[in-house]
Amino acid sequence: MAELSSRPYGIVAEFTTSADVLHAAEKVREAGFRKWDVFTPFPVHGMDRAMGMKNSKVGWFSFIGGVLGYTTGMVMIWWMNKIDYPIVIGGKPMFSPFAAFPPSYELTILFAAFGSLGGMLFLNRLPRLHHPLLKNKRFSLVTHDRFFVVIECADPKYSEAATRTLLEAAGSQHIEVVEE
Amino acid sequence: MAADATLTQSQRGPITVPETPADLQREPLVANSRGLGWISNQVAALTEGRTPVWWWILFIPSLLLLGMLLFMLTYQISTGVGVWGNMHPVMWAWDIVNFVWWIGIGHAGTLISAILFLLRQRWRTAVNRAAEAMTIFAVMCAGIYPALHVGRAWYDWWLFPIPNSNSIWPQFRSPLMWDVFAVSTYFTVSVLFWYMGLIPDLAVMRDRARTKMRQFIYGLFALGWTGSNRHWSNYEKAYLILAGVSTPLVLSVHSIVSLDFAVSQLPGWHTTIFPPYFVAGAIFSGFGMVLTLLIPLRSIFKLQDIITMRHIDIMCKVTLATGSIVGYAYGMEFFIAWYSGNPSEQFHFLNRALGPYQWAWIMMVSCNVLVPQVFWFKWFRQNLVAVFIISILVNVGMWFERFVIIVISLHRDFIPSNWGYYRPSWVDICTYIGTFGLFFTMFLLFLRFLPMIAISEVKGVTPQADPHHPMGGAKMKGLHHG
Repeated sequence: MAELSSRPYGIVAEFTTSADVLHAAEKVREAGFRKWDVFTPFPVHGMDRAMGMKNSKVGWFSFIGGVLGYTTGMVMIWWMNKIDYPIVIGGKPMFSPFAAFPPSYELTILFAAFGSLGGMLFLNRLPRLHHPLLKNKRFSLVTHDRFFVVIECADPKYSEAATRTLLEAAGSQHIEVVEE
Repeated sequence: MAADATLTQSQRGPITVPETPADLQREPLVANSRGLGWISNQVAALTEGRTPVWWWILFIPSLLLLGMLLFMLTYQISTGVGVWGNMHPVMWAWDIVNFVWWIGIGHAGTLISAILFLLRQRWRTAVNRAAEAMTIFAVMCAGIYPALHVGRAWYDWWLFPIPNSNSIWPQFRSPLMWDVFAVSTYFTVSVLFWYMGLIPDLAVMRDRARTKMRQFIYGLFALGWTGSNRHWSNYEKAYLILAGVSTPLVLSVHSIVSLDFAVSQLPGWHTTIFPPYFVAGAIFSGFGMVLTLLIPLRSIFKLQDIITMRHIDIMCKVTLATGSIVGYAYGMEFFIAWYSGNPSEQFHFLNRALGPYQWAWIMMVSCNVLVPQVFWFKWFRQNLVAVFIISILVNVGMWFERFVIIVISLHRDFIPSNWGYYRPSWVDICTYIGTFGLFFTMFLLFLRFLPMIAISEVKGVTPQADPHHPMGGAKMKGLHHG
């Protein structure tokens, strides 16, 4: 096992406060890194901007889900109650968009909710149960009270010594290299 | 933006903030300046170690009541709906009363998780997880009744648009069909919302697990969550959208439930005030249930620093507000009955207040309208015993409200030859008590195996989480330390 997993994955720098990690994230972004990330126990306010990230695309998945849900509801009710097996009920029209609205509305929400959760998981490439960072003992504090900046070796600007100096200058107290 | 807007943050040096003036400082949401790690330890510890004795003391009776529920349902399915007290003219009785009551209780959970999220009510983080769990279990209890009251429960799948051997489709012009979609969507979306909120907390549980088994199970359901900010960004957007779609959902569910009644022609049911009135009542009863559950739990679990007196105070005020809306609706129904000039409508409301079910009406008005008025006084909002008792009375009152609406409206309609008096059978009563067994069994399992407080969300509202707060590491202007 040991000889198989000796390839380094990236450098992990630990921080103790949210202000420090926010500050470090700005330095790493300004240094021009591409394959890097910040890991926090909760979403840190202002971190997206500090990392130079764009607005999340989850909204598109929700929107498409919602449109699909509403269309499904309307088309389904129209086809079932007017085309495939019409039944006269109290002289009401076979299809009316008003009576079909409540179920279609519910389906809009149902599909949009699946779109949001599914979109979030798809964009995050989750579930992913094996990750080099999850094997690191110290990194498990990320869900407790620590903050981490990780720069991957796959980044073209990565060099172990220079990256370590950068993260030390950013105020990290503990830096280690994590293996694949 | 200031003159140095062109500079990046790191060129400007460490984040500095002016000190907040004393009169603008707010009471913190987590009392006693508890740290981030303390929150994890305190909440996760509830699911670790030996199962406390009190848990078994509550769990075993709940499980026995659940057994009784299963027995009652088996008896009802194998014998027929005749085992219930439902009899002409009261063909909807405790079954629908309990359905509406349970589903109403669920509404506070979604209100707390979705509407208060959109309104940026940060105090919600302390109570939303438990309230969402309450929602899911309450909807499960509610779902039993419509499924069983159809009489032939084995044909329930005809409610869904699934092709059957008769080639007939559901009839979508009926509000009862709308209800099928509303309630099943409500349950599904509540579960999705709850699960999504749980993902980061399941990762907390995974990372502190001491046994391989716990690590594997929590790890599996945490889906490999690492707390990556690129993930948080998508996560927060998805959470916001789920809150955004759950808000119209929760308002629509009880509106559609109310249309089951309002679309009919019966005096007492046929009224346009029903949708907003039902939604207010649902939130009222749901907050009652949240208070009933959380007041003992915060003491047993020593969570007074997370669920503070301020939380209790706010929830009492919500109860007071929704209770007053319900009271207004009761009054407005009487006014409209008089103003409409419709003799059947007028008779119905006189019969509601003065007829043979007067006791139910008095219970409803005193528990829902009069009792919560004491919450105008701070003394009552700060007295946990008083709040606990009132929170139970709220749900007693709300049960009677549904009884009043359903049974009183049905028992005397247009023609006196069509009148009757309804009494529940022992099966009705035991089935209802049994649903508490289901609810508490599920809720106790939730308390034992899942974090009952949204750990990551509570961390996010502490000053330590704020990079622009001195406790979050920001430097104070004029002070030189570190």
